[in-house]
Amino acid sequence: MTEGLWVYLSASPLLWLAGTLVVWLAATHIAGLVPGNALLNPIMLSVIAIAAVLYFSGVDYDAYFEGAQFIHFLLGPATVALGIPLYEKLSLVRSNLLPLLSALVVGSLTAVGSTVFLADLFGFTPAVVASLAPKSTTAAVAMAISSGLKGDPALTAAVVVLTGICGAIIVTPLMNAMRIKDYSARGFAVGLASHGIGTARAYSVDPVAGLFSGIAMGLNAVVTALVVHLFL
Amino acid sequence: MLAGITVLLVFQLIGEVTAYYLGCFVPGPVIGMAMVAAVLILAEGSKALAPAHRQTLETSRAILANLGILFVPAGVGIIQHLDLIRDRGLALLAIVLVSTAITLTATVWVFILVKRLTGGYAND
Repeated sequence: MTEGLWVYLSASPLLWLAGTLVVWLAATHIAGLVPGNALLNPIMLSVIAIAAVLYFSGVDYDAYFEGAQFIHFLLGPATVALGIPLYEKLSLVRSNLLPLLSALVVGSLTAVGSTVFLADLFGFTPAVVASLAPKSTTAAVAMAISSGLKGDPALTAAVVVLTGICGAIIVTPLMNAMRIKDYSARGFAVGLASHGIGTARAYSVDPVAGLFSGIAMGLNAVVTALVVHLFL
Repeated sequence: MLAGITVLLVFQLIGEVTAYYLGCFVPGPVIGMAMVAAVLILAEGSKALAPAHRQTLETSRAILANLGILFVPAGVGIIQHLDLIRDRGLALLAIVLVSTAITLTATVWVFILVKRLTGGYAND
């Protein structure tokens, strides 16, 4: 009886679409119980919970993605939507143009350079190194860069999300330890190093940090596409 | 709401078409982001576009407030690489952690030092 229901539900994207939304709401609720605790990152909690369910129920990722693709698709319009805060806070961007552009170039070189250097050091194959190199850019862009370099886009997607979560978790303690109080600088750094996940974190901390994070994410997507060719 | 999501999708579409014809590595949505900002700046004060303008702002705020969930489907893709994680997971995690910490530090200090040199903190 339950087996029949399982087969019935598996044929439509409804189960995993609804499942992802429910898990996300539960994860944000749990993360909200301890405000300011970056370790309880809702993205990380959701990924672990859903991955565990798929692993133990034997459902493969393609079947899950049939439903979850409707959420994944919104990454595109969400990137476009980052143009709105850019417009609303244009004067703030203008007055920070030089620091912003210098940090962009140095940050992008550091992100790709340190990743390639470390991955070579650990003896990863060239295909894995290429998959890791664009890890600081937003998922869709990183996957395109990775496949252009003969990397594995699926591995890139996973590493991109891991990078985002790491950045979102360490940014607040790291910046506090360095006594940095300028939220435009903090936001810009997290958006550059950990793309949209860093930006989601930045918006939850401070609106100005969120704005600069979104700008950094957009600009770094462009610069990384050029910078990777210096290292690979 | 409907006008807002339409505006975002149309700008993404224009961005994708532009990216295709330019043959460059700038992704379509990023071009769309720059274009939507440019059009909002140019359309400021236009009465005819005011309702679409307002709806776009509302829809964008709703999407950006829930940005995190959009990364969950890609993140779950990690289960396709369980063998690599089992064998080299710690090395991968070390690379990601160290490189992210270095990148955050380098970026934030360059931003602050250049801002200081150009007198950006003069009013503080």
